[in-house]
Order: sequence, then C-alpha cells, then structure tokens
Amino acid sequence: MRSEPAVVVAGLVKRYGDTTAVDGLDLTAARGAVTAVLGPNGAGKTTTVETCEGFRTADAGEVRVLGLDPARDGAALRPRIGVMLQSGGVYPTVRAMEMLRHTARLHAHPLDPEELGERLGLHACGRTPYRRLSGGQQQRLALALAVVGRPELVFLDEPTAGLDPQARHATWELIRSLRAAGVAVVLTTHLMDEAEDLADHVAVVDGGRAIAAGSPAELCGGRDDVLRFVGEPGLDLASLNAALPAGAAAEESPAGHYRVTGAGGPALLAAVTAWCAAHDVLADRITTRRHSLEDIFLDLTGRELRP
Amino acid sequence: MTAPDHRADAGPGRAPGPATQNRSDEVPATEAEFAPRPGPAPLPRMIAAQAALETRMLLRHGEQLLLTVVIPTLLLVLFSAVDIIDTGDGGDTVAGRVAFLAPGILSLAVLSTAFTGQAISTGFERRYGVLKRLGASPLPRWALLTAKSCSVAVTLLLQLVLLCAVALALGWSPTGGAAGLCAALLLLVPATVALSALGLLMAGTLRAEATLAAANLVFVLLIFGGGVVVPLENFPDAVARGLELLPVAALSEGLREVLQQGAPLPWGTVALLVGWAVAATAAAARFFRWE
Repeated sequence: MRSEPAVVVAGLVKRYGDTTAVDGLDLTAARGAVTAVLGPNGAGKTTTVETCEGFRTADAGEVRVLGLDPARDGAALRPRIGVMLQSGGVYPTVRAMEMLRHTARLHAHPLDPEELGERLGLHACGRTPYRRLSGGQQQRLALALAVVGRPELVFLDEPTAGLDPQARHATWELIRSLRAAGVAVVLTTHLMDEAEDLADHVAVVDGGRAIAAGSPAELCGGRDDVLRFVGEPGLDLASLNAALPAGAAAEESPAGHYRVTGAGGPALLAAVTAWCAAHDVLADRITTRRHSLEDIFLDLTGRELRP
Repeated sequence: MTAPDHRADAGPGRAPGPATQNRSDEVPATEAEFAPRPGPAPLPRMIAAQAALETRMLLRHGEQLLLTVVIPTLLLVLFSAVDIIDTGDGGDTVAGRVAFLAPGILSLAVLSTAFTGQAISTGFERRYGVLKRLGASPLPRWALLTAKSCSVAVTLLLQLVLLCAVALALGWSPTGGAAGLCAALLLLVPATVALSALGLLMAGTLRAEATLAAANLVFVLLIFGGGVVVPLENFPDAVARGLELLPVAALSEGLREVLQQGAPLPWGTVALLVGWAVAATAAAARFFRWE
C-alpha cells in the first residue's frame, strides 16, 4: 500500500456534451514528490485534477488516489487530501483568518492556523472579508486551506496564477517544505519555470492527453544546446567547425549571425571562444541556451505554450 | 486517552514542543510540522464549528438582519400602533391588534430565516463554489445540512425571543398558557423544517440571482398573502381556500387559533405542515445540485 503511487490515472476520458475535455489521459504522481501537470489553458488539467478530487466522475478510464476510487470512496479519501480550487470556494463575507481557523477545526490534527497564516502573510488581512481580499491574498488563503489539515496529498490548481513574484516565491517555498515533509503535491500550471524549478515529475498535457512525462531533466535531456554570436560576415566556418567538439556544427545565417549547435555545454562555449581568440575575432552578443520545457512543448505540439 | 492513541501521538508532527525537538535534530520546524497527519475532526465538533461559523456570518450580514429583524419588528410595531388594516374582531385597540398580529409576525420570522435568508445565502454559497469546496473537506454533506439547520434554529430562536418581547411590550397577552406554548412549538417545528427545505430546494436548483429575486418576492407576497398582517377571510373565498394551504398561512392561522383564540392544537394544520415538511425535504434531497 505505502509504495503505491499517490495518484494513478489511466486512460481517463471526460466529455462535456460534444466536447471531449480529457481524451485518454495517463498520469502518475509519486508519494512525497511534486508532480506538475503542465499545459495550456483548455488542455484538460483542471478536469483531470477535479476527477482525482472526486468532483467529477470519469466517462472512461481508471483513477486511483491514495489507493482509493475518488468517485466511490470519497468519504474515506476526503480527510486525507488537501484541495486548492482555481478560484472561489470561500464565503464572500467570511474573514480570512476566521476561515482558516474554521477549516483547521474540521481536522483532527491541524497545523497551527496562526503560524500558517503568518507564514503566508495572511495576518495583515486576517480580519478582511474574503471578497475584499486582493487576488493574491485569496490565492494564499486557498493554499493555506488546502494544507492546514496536514494531508498526505495536496492538489493545487494553478497555485501561483496572478501572484506577484514575492508571493510566488513564498508559495514555492511552502510547496518545497511540503515535499520535504513527505507530502505528495500535484499542481497544475501553464508556467514553464514553475514546472522546471519545482517539480520532480512533469506531465505535459495538450488536447486532453499527456504527450510527454518525466523529470524536467529527462524531458530536456538529449537535446542539443544552441550558442549564437554576432561577428564580421564571412568567417571561416570550416576552420571553426574543425575546432568544435565532435558532433557540433556552426552555420552563418543571416550574414554575420552565427549559430553553433551541439551537445557539450561549457566545452562548446570554450571551443568557440578559443577559436575566436586564436583568429582575432571579436564575437559580439554571445548567447547560450539550453533546451527548456518551453522548447520541448514547441517540439511536441508545434505551438507556443502561452495562455 | 488510551495507550495506542498516545503512541500514535508521538509522530514527527507531535504538537507539544516540536520546535525544540526539531532544533536538536536540525530539521526545520516547518518540515516536521507539515508531516502528514490527516484525519477528520469528531463529527460533533465539525458540526458545531460549521453551525457557529454560519450563524456568525448570518448575524453579521446587514441585508439578512433587515429581513429577519427590522422588517418583522417594524411591521409588528407599525400595524399594532396604527389602525391601518382590518384585523378583524378587536381591531380597534392596540392590544386587540397585537393579539392578531403577533402570531402572524412569528410566522413571518420563520419565513424570513428558514426560507428567504437560507435560500439566498445557500444560493450564493453554491454560486461562489463554497459548497463545492466544502464537498472536498472532511465535513460530510449531511453534516453540513445539519449545521445549517442548527444555524437556522439558533437565529430563529433569537428572532422569536426578540419579537415576543416587542409584542409583550405592546401589550400582547397570548392565550392558552403552557399548553398554548407547547401547541405553538408543535406548529413551529414542522413549519420551520418545511420552509427550510423549500429554501434549500430553491437555492439548489435556481441560479443565485434568480433565487435572490424569487425568495424576496415570495417574502413580500406572503407578508400580505400568508395571513401575516391581512386576515385570510378578507380575501375572496376561493383565494383564501388556496392560500391557507401554504405553509406560512397555515402556520399564521394555526398560531392564531392557539395564541389568540385559545383553541386546542389544530391537528389538521399540524398534519398539513408535516406533509409540507416531508414533501419539501424529499424534493430538496432529490433535486438539490451542489454545483
């Protein structure tokens, strides 16, 4: 039981009328790890997560959460999971800390709501009614409500959407603390850097299917780095190519703009700059770029991942 | 506390003194603190917490107070002090008018809290995803409804105490003594259940704005058509026969029989109200949509 993953979704299908929101999606989330479900808006992320939370029933496929079927064993499952909805879910007139204290009271061994509120910066607005909180404050309260019951597994739907950088950082820190404490975290996001920096495992979702899955390094690995620089037109490419590590190649396009592709990272950069020094070439605007999840998504779908 | 419980308590997130313990282990306090330890609170504690929260919010809500306190009190004072409408026998004195009005206003109080107030707040809770979010909490749905009923009961009790005090101050002297009080309770309870279920039925099936409009409209119409301030016999016979089947009118007339005329408990009216309660609860259970 304990070694079973926190979430296993296999071949999930969910239709709303004629629209197929989720179309045979697979997803596995390990215990004690952060799993990011990454994809553009409308990819089926929220539907998938809400099926795991027991809000929706699958039209086909299998969903196991902590070894339980969320549609059938909801009563046993709910006390063990924490849920952060994308928006709303709180009485408009309730005060921020009042809601947090109340939610703590629904659990047997909750976190101290005062400390949690302090950590997420909710004390300053503790007496403010929910409807007058800023979007970021509402997000942070929703996050606090999801974790206050000390769940084994938390689902966070777009936890940092609309947050300023400082609040986003606080949220990421909290998610890292949860993982360190052994809590499984499943979050949806359309932010590349969020998935890349935070997640142990990323499922890239598009059109209701998982089109790739793995650790960020696995997803990005095995692809060439790209180095670009600007120099005087007509440099001796044959000489440059001879100086590069095996498998790397340089090209000029357009005139004066050079692009070197190949594995090698720092060695590639060193080879290029050494060649430039030897041939008295002043390379201008050298940039290097490793492949990011953004490139992976572009490769997989032919589209930019932008909301 | 039994021994196994105590052992279970000695987990990494044990509440007393985790900070010192963690400092010596060089584990950041927060990490030990977040260590999973899920579980629902005992049901009575959850229900009490939920009922307390809902009651606090209800009493804090200005529009709700207008509905539950200001309007019934104003109607009681205004129509008692001034001879505006024909309240039947004894309508030419303040005491006579209070004797007629007080039962009707108590009935209106039930309508305002159990039906209108509850329909509007629950409708908006549904619209804002509060009910959905609570659906993912350890609080079972039946426990949520129990808590809502407790909240309605507490609010209604406060309201009845206030309105009776005002009525007594205006010279109300209800007939029937202790037996009359018991009879009044036997009428109030099924009427409250019926109106509460009807409010939930409306909130759980209509959009929040439609619920807001409809629940207020029903409230206003029944002030006049529910036997609250206008005697049903002032309406044409056919209309009166229809109106007296409504739970609010049945309650007004029933309370009046007991508290104004000193009649024994009208079992027919009790049966009618129980019928409404059973039917409305069944319909609410069948048609209520949480999202």
